[in-house]
Amino acid sequence: MNPSSTSQSVVFHVHDVTKTYQMGEVQVHALRGIELDLYQGELAVLLGASGSGKSTLLNILGGLDTPTSGQVLYGAHDLTQASESQLTEYRRYHVGFVFQFYNLIPSLTARENVAVVTEIARNPMPPEEALALVGLGERLNHFPAQLSGGEQQRVAIARAIAKNPDVLLCDEPTGALDSQTGILVLEALQQVNKTLGTTTAIITHNAGIAQMADRVIHLADGRITDIHRNASRVDPRELSW
Amino acid sequence: MLAIDIKLWRELWRMRMQAIAIAMVIVSGVAIFIMSLSTYDSLYETRESYYREHHFAEVFASLKRAPLSVAKRIEAIPGVDKVETRVVAYVNIDVEDYLDPISGHLISLPENSLGLLNRLYLRDGRMLEPGRDNEIIISQEFADAHHLQLGDKLRAVINGRSKTLTIVGSGFSPEYISQIAPGAMFPDYKSYGVMWMARAPLASAFDMAGAFNNVTLTLSQDANEQDVIDRLDDILKPYGGTGAYARKDQLSNRFIAEELKGLQNMATMFPIIFFGVAAFLLNVVISRLISLEREQISILKAFGYSNLDVGLHYSKLVLMIVALGIVIGIFLGIWMGVGLSHLYMDIYSFPFMHYVLEPHVIAFAALVSILVAMIGTLYAVQKAIKLPPAQGMRPEQPTVYRITLIERLGLQKRFSQPSRMILRHIERRPLKSFLTTLGIAMSCGIMMVGSFQESAINEMVDVQYNLSQREDFMALFSEPTAHRALHSLESLQGVEHAEGFRNASVRLKFEHRSYRTSISGIEPGSQLVRLLDQELKEIKLPEEGVIITDYLAQQLHIQPGDMLTVEVLEGNRPTLQIPVVGTAKQYLGMNVYMQRSTLNRLLKEGDAISGAYLKVDEHYRKQVYAKLKEMPRVIGAVEQRSSVEGFYEMMDDTILFFTFISTLLGGSIAFGVIYNSIRIALSERNRELASLRVLGFTQGEVAYILLGELGLLTLAAIPIGFLFGIGLCAYLALKFESDLYRIPLVLEPDVYAFAASVVIVSSLLSAILIWRNITQLDMVAVLKTKE
Ligand SMILES: Nc1ncnc2c1ncn2[C@@H]1O[C@H](COP(=O)(O)OP(=O)(O)OP(=O)(O)O)[C@@H](O)[C@H]1O
Ligand SMILES: [Mg+2]
Repeated sequence: MNPSSTSQSVVFHVHDVTKTYQMGEVQVHALRGIELDLYQGELAVLLGASGSGKSTLLNILGGLDTPTSGQVLYGAHDLTQASESQLTEYRRYHVGFVFQFYNLIPSLTARENVAVVTEIARNPMPPEEALALVGLGERLNHFPAQLSGGEQQRVAIARAIAKNPDVLLCDEPTGALDSQTGILVLEALQQVNKTLGTTTAIITHNAGIAQMADRVIHLADGRITDIHRNASRVDPRELSW
Repeated sequence: MLAIDIKLWRELWRMRMQAIAIAMVIVSGVAIFIMSLSTYDSLYETRESYYREHHFAEVFASLKRAPLSVAKRIEAIPGVDKVETRVVAYVNIDVEDYLDPISGHLISLPENSLGLLNRLYLRDGRMLEPGRDNEIIISQEFADAHHLQLGDKLRAVINGRSKTLTIVGSGFSPEYISQIAPGAMFPDYKSYGVMWMARAPLASAFDMAGAFNNVTLTLSQDANEQDVIDRLDDILKPYGGTGAYARKDQLSNRFIAEELKGLQNMATMFPIIFFGVAAFLLNVVISRLISLEREQISILKAFGYSNLDVGLHYSKLVLMIVALGIVIGIFLGIWMGVGLSHLYMDIYSFPFMHYVLEPHVIAFAALVSILVAMIGTLYAVQKAIKLPPAQGMRPEQPTVYRITLIERLGLQKRFSQPSRMILRHIERRPLKSFLTTLGIAMSCGIMMVGSFQESAINEMVDVQYNLSQREDFMALFSEPTAHRALHSLESLQGVEHAEGFRNASVRLKFEHRSYRTSISGIEPGSQLVRLLDQELKEIKLPEEGVIITDYLAQQLHIQPGDMLTVEVLEGNRPTLQIPVVGTAKQYLGMNVYMQRSTLNRLLKEGDAISGAYLKVDEHYRKQVYAKLKEMPRVIGAVEQRSSVEGFYEMMDDTILFFTFISTLLGGSIAFGVIYNSIRIALSERNRELASLRVLGFTQGEVAYILLGELGLLTLAAIPIGFLFGIGLCAYLALKFESDLYRIPLVLEPDVYAFAASVVIVSSLLSAILIWRNITQLDMVAVLKTKE
């Protein structure tokens, strides 16, 4: 599909993945045969209307959910064949998540929210370093209730990257933020992608954000309708919102 | 059905396990309340109708011997209604093939009659026929214990001569609902029996022809009881009267009264605990539900439901849980009440037991449950009522956590993040954590009460029979006898040691208080009767002065050094002033001890003894007993140990019953508190825990955060529970204290072990039930929604 990328190695190989939810009598087809490869170190943005299946796909990539049919390879590992404990291990050592609603742990400070992950990871960076990377070096000992939304989201990013994950999956990371704060968050993601070379996938509703990506993947009605490669990545600071 | 009611049913169904866990606590409270009050009513009503229908006497007196003509003078006392004179004798009994000692009371009964007062309830057989001098009616308990049938024979040693008696009937007497042998601690129907025999043969055997040695009477409506007693004492004094007493001091009646008191305590103390815990649980569960449903409440209100509708909606939910608890509680309570009443039939001698369940008991239990539940949830429901619709649409403020005290002390490096989460969660809700701990502690304490009984009995037996009263047999003489008589006992083969004692009935007086008991003259340095101080060390009995039971000293408000007035109720009835020189720890009765030679001197008699304590080689016990029975002077020989064993056998069922009940009830609290706490913690931290699962935490690690908190609280609760249990048992022991017996506050290690185990098992059970919810944490769903 994308011959120019053959030099890079494939991180995810998604083949004919479907996801069907049984809602009583009705079947909801959230994904209808997805074919997709994600490459080492790239920053991909997923765009699509509400209900098009973006989150479903991202959750399957992150090992939170399993497809109804098809195959998802992470490197050489088949995620569709993995057991519950293998998926837990996969998330533990390889994946970093960022969510729209931050999902920080209210009883832990910023530093500790990061530490909760680094304590179980294999070769993490110090929590302070991860927080510095997202520009929060000064707010280490604040509890979530004492942080703004944007700050909370940046803690969530720090938490996601602190374990040096192989992939970073972000579901509408700026969804709950104003544009200015959103840019700060996107900058943090960009920073991580560049300096650490973490393969990153970002879901968004905001087409403007697509300019910061290497590739833009369009979904509609459970299918990939288009994959577009940007000639050059635009710095988040210059994005029009 | 209205949509809002459908919501009610769905909600109830969704929280069914929690509802059941709470209902179980209510069940326990209602059940124990109904059990104790219905048993109280049953025992009370049964006793009252038994007393009434069988003309239980109201005043009792024993004497040495008075001619029948004296009865006329007693009848003439103002206030006296009916008088019955009797001949009563304490004898040794022989049942074929039963070799252990049996003693019994033989009571005279008019021929062809069940008696004027204290009338027999004849279960089997017939009344005594005139002209037959070898017929007896025996107590039903004694008949059952020895499997005696009508027509069977037994032998009584009457005045040294063995007489064969034929059983013609068996039955019950209101005078002997509790049948405890003189000097014994517990009822034992194998070694002690009550029997009735025609007056003529009994009187002639005991030289009582035309005379009596026991009188009972009833009072007319306007009688002054104390006045009757005083006049009766005056009349009987010259005939060796040992002091008349009222029904409330009658031994059998006293035991029943104590039992009734205990049931009343049980009916108040335990339900208070259960209802308190239930209110707490309803409060936390409903509060949580309402805070989860803030948005729904707002939407309902936005669409026009009134505050009252919303309040009613949640009140109904509470009521349904309570109703479930009440209904099951009533049935369980009745079942336990019937069970307990039957146990009383075993322990006591009742011809019948009316199980009485007053409707007001049920109504009261239901009312209290509902009231307590409403009070418990008032605050939470009010929150729902007061919630302004617009505010409910906004998410609740994120909960604010703080660095815990332990961490501020600089210990944080020792804790991983999950452990910190546990600590902060506990510290964030100190009151809730405290109440949870308290709830678990209470369950632990309640379970200790269940097994406390057994510990206490063990201790009583140990102190009474292994430390203080160390004889194998007590031989009683028909009357004070010269000390020489001891030689004939000592010389029996197998008797290792014999000590004489002198007992005399006395009335003790100090200031305005008085108490009737007997004084024991024992040998100084006695090996068989040892007086113990509070530390259970032996006290030396000095030559002058008396040592009295600690509880007696407390009742008389007398202290060592004070002068005790002792009115002797036999012989020439001297009144003596004797200094109290010490107190002795005793769990049974209230007694007075002094040196025998001193007592002999004060009574102005020679070297006399009333009986002897014997230490007998184990292999010769049966022979020695057989020999004792043949001695004309020996009227009774009591072996304490066998009665203890019999008691243990009888108590087996009772102890099992109470252990079962307390485990059930204690377990229900432990489970109710622990399960609900975890469920609520799970619901409050659902999102947090799902996030952790997303971040790669295993199910076990997430469970640690959730269950670790409860584990910590449970472990903290156990020692508090021990203290609470000790407190409860101490309170019970205090409530049961009487001159008959005192319950020692002794808790054997297995009492603690048992209580702690039930608590731990309950938490494990809750953890297992919760495990399923942890594995089903929906990671995806949780991340889709905002907090
Ligand atoms: N648990 C579920 N049960 C039933 N249907 C579901 C479930 N989760 C998602 N769906 C359906 O699957 C489809 C895809 O959902 P998904 O959450 O992936 O959409 P999305 O592209 O992320 O939308 P949005 O931009 O609104 O977040 C939708 O039609 C949704 O209704
Ligand atoms: Mg989505």
